[in-house]
Amino acid sequence: MSPDSPAVLAEGLTKRFASFTAVDHLDLRIEKGEVVGFIGPNGAGKSTTIRMLCGLLRPSEGRASVAGFDVGRQPEEVREHIGYMSQKFSLYGDLTVRENLRFFAGIYRVPHHDLGERMRFAISMAGLEGREDVLVRTLAGGWKQRLALGCAILHRPPILFLDEPTSGVEPEARRRFWDLIHELAAGGVAILVSTHYMEEAEYCNRIALIDGGRLVAMGTPSELRQRSLGGDLFEVDCVPLGAALKALGSAQGVVEAAIFGDKLHIVLGQGGLSAEELPRFLAEREIRVGSVRPATPSLEDVFVRLVSTTRETRAAS
Amino acid sequence: MMAEVNEIAVRVHGLSKSFGSVRAVRDIDLAVAQGEIFGLVGPDGAGKTTIMRMLAAVLRPDAGEILVDGVDVVAEAERAKLHLSYMPQRFGLYEDLTIAENIFFYGALFGVPRGERIARSQELLEAAGLLPFRRRLAGQLSGGMKQKLGLICALIHTPRVLLLDEPTTGVDPVSRRDFWAILYNLREGGVTIVLSTAYMDEAERCSRLALLHGGEIRHCDTPQHLKAAMPGALLAIASAHPRDVREAVSGKPGVLGALLMGDRVHVRVDDAERRIPELRAAIADQGIADAVITPAEPGIEDVFVALLGEEKPHEP
Repeated sequence: MSPDSPAVLAEGLTKRFASFTAVDHLDLRIEKGEVVGFIGPNGAGKSTTIRMLCGLLRPSEGRASVAGFDVGRQPEEVREHIGYMSQKFSLYGDLTVRENLRFFAGIYRVPHHDLGERMRFAISMAGLEGREDVLVRTLAGGWKQRLALGCAILHRPPILFLDEPTSGVEPEARRRFWDLIHELAAGGVAILVSTHYMEEAEYCNRIALIDGGRLVAMGTPSELRQRSLGGDLFEVDCVPLGAALKALGSAQGVVEAAIFGDKLHIVLGQGGLSAEELPRFLAEREIRVGSVRPATPSLEDVFVRLVSTTRETRAAS
Repeated sequence: MMAEVNEIAVRVHGLSKSFGSVRAVRDIDLAVAQGEIFGLVGPDGAGKTTIMRMLAAVLRPDAGEILVDGVDVVAEAERAKLHLSYMPQRFGLYEDLTIAENIFFYGALFGVPRGERIARSQELLEAAGLLPFRRRLAGQLSGGMKQKLGLICALIHTPRVLLLDEPTTGVDPVSRRDFWAILYNLREGGVTIVLSTAYMDEAERCSRLALLHGGEIRHCDTPQHLKAAMPGALLAIASAHPRDVREAVSGKPGVLGALLMGDRVHVRVDDAERRIPELRAAIADQGIADAVITPAEPGIEDVFVALLGEEKPHEP
């Protein structure tokens, strides 16, 4: 891989299964040292794309290179240069920490004279010093997960694929895990994280949002938050919520209205109802209003908005 | 704004359960008011599923009392099952039956009279947006649609209390939002909902939360009050060089934690007013010019970490 070439480059990447197009002319570029979130609903084409990028599935059309190797023509080389970790860490519960590492080092063909040093690195990264001979099944979730990461990078891959890596682990453990990911990225590793959990997306430098096999949006979390909602988000504290939702759903200028906990989240666009007019508008409909305040949209707000507008546009065309 | 105080739909006192030497649930007290959406929040292994199964009368507690809709769940499990409905993580749908057939089957199982079953399933299918798909085999549904079908089956006998164990795990955000819209509708109809989740962002949608850790309820309150109870204040520092920003602020006086996000750093400080200028200076000292510091609203995850800290390497 030449020093300035991207770690992952996909151009017009397409996969068809009979008459179904799972991935539809996808363009994607990931630089070295970048953490990119690959976000989309179930069936959006995330796994199919990753399987093509891992050299496990041949593209029907278009091309992709990973670590400088073509995924269609050099799948073996591609596989030697990537690490993969999924939500269901493929660790062996009945083996010890050390035995698991040795097993994966064998699979990844880590040279014998590097083995000691690589294993020490993985153990210290996972915070498992002094627990090398503990059975993996007795470890708590966060430790298992960091060990799985250690196993996935034993062969020092320049590119790492993570599939919903932190679902279900302790929040503090999740944070430690992401610290490790960012450390790897600082060392030049390119990382693609596929997930539909927005909590994980927040940790990515950039996010690629896909739906129906196509790239819907790409940008930093802040960029997506700012440009995608089609208006400003407000949190409205009012009673009863159901009636308020109904009234606002059909009001001029309301781009989106949804119940969120005991409050309403509404997006106000241009040229309609303003935030100042809201309390009176609702009071006239016999809805009691406690407060209206601007809110920061979550990535989930953004995701839902982007996916539904693209779907509407596609349905209309 | 809370609705008027209602009667208690679920009351739990001194609930405990062990599996061998593992104390999965330790002396839990709970009171859920009618019409609440109450969230049990915690990571895998915190005891969520064990509590749910005891509330649902499918697992006998070692100690403690459970009243659901006034019925003693431990003493009168069968009667309690008429008042509640339980949707486990893997709801038993028959994949080779259609949507309509699955609903009909569960209706029969719960003893719902035939005429009522038809009317009720029509109404539920419509509310869930599944009416056009009623002849589709359950095995051919997406994850989100399966969850909705599971919910309909659980609602066919019009229960007063609905128990949902991690209902949206593996469901994408769009379907998740639809699912929640159904839950809010049910609540307006007076149904009390207790659900468990490992997802902190989802927890924010509940009216009240119990933060679970190691089989114990460590904190229980509304999302707003939990956030207000978080020690210190949260700041977001946006920059094109978040890694350098974190380096610059870590370990500075008053900094309780610094979390590296994709395009910013979240810093928890003891006193925002006092620390913002200090942090601004520390960042400028490192030659970072683009950093913008703004107060940030903590999420439930921030609260969880601040209040509960880190797990032990071994399961207890």
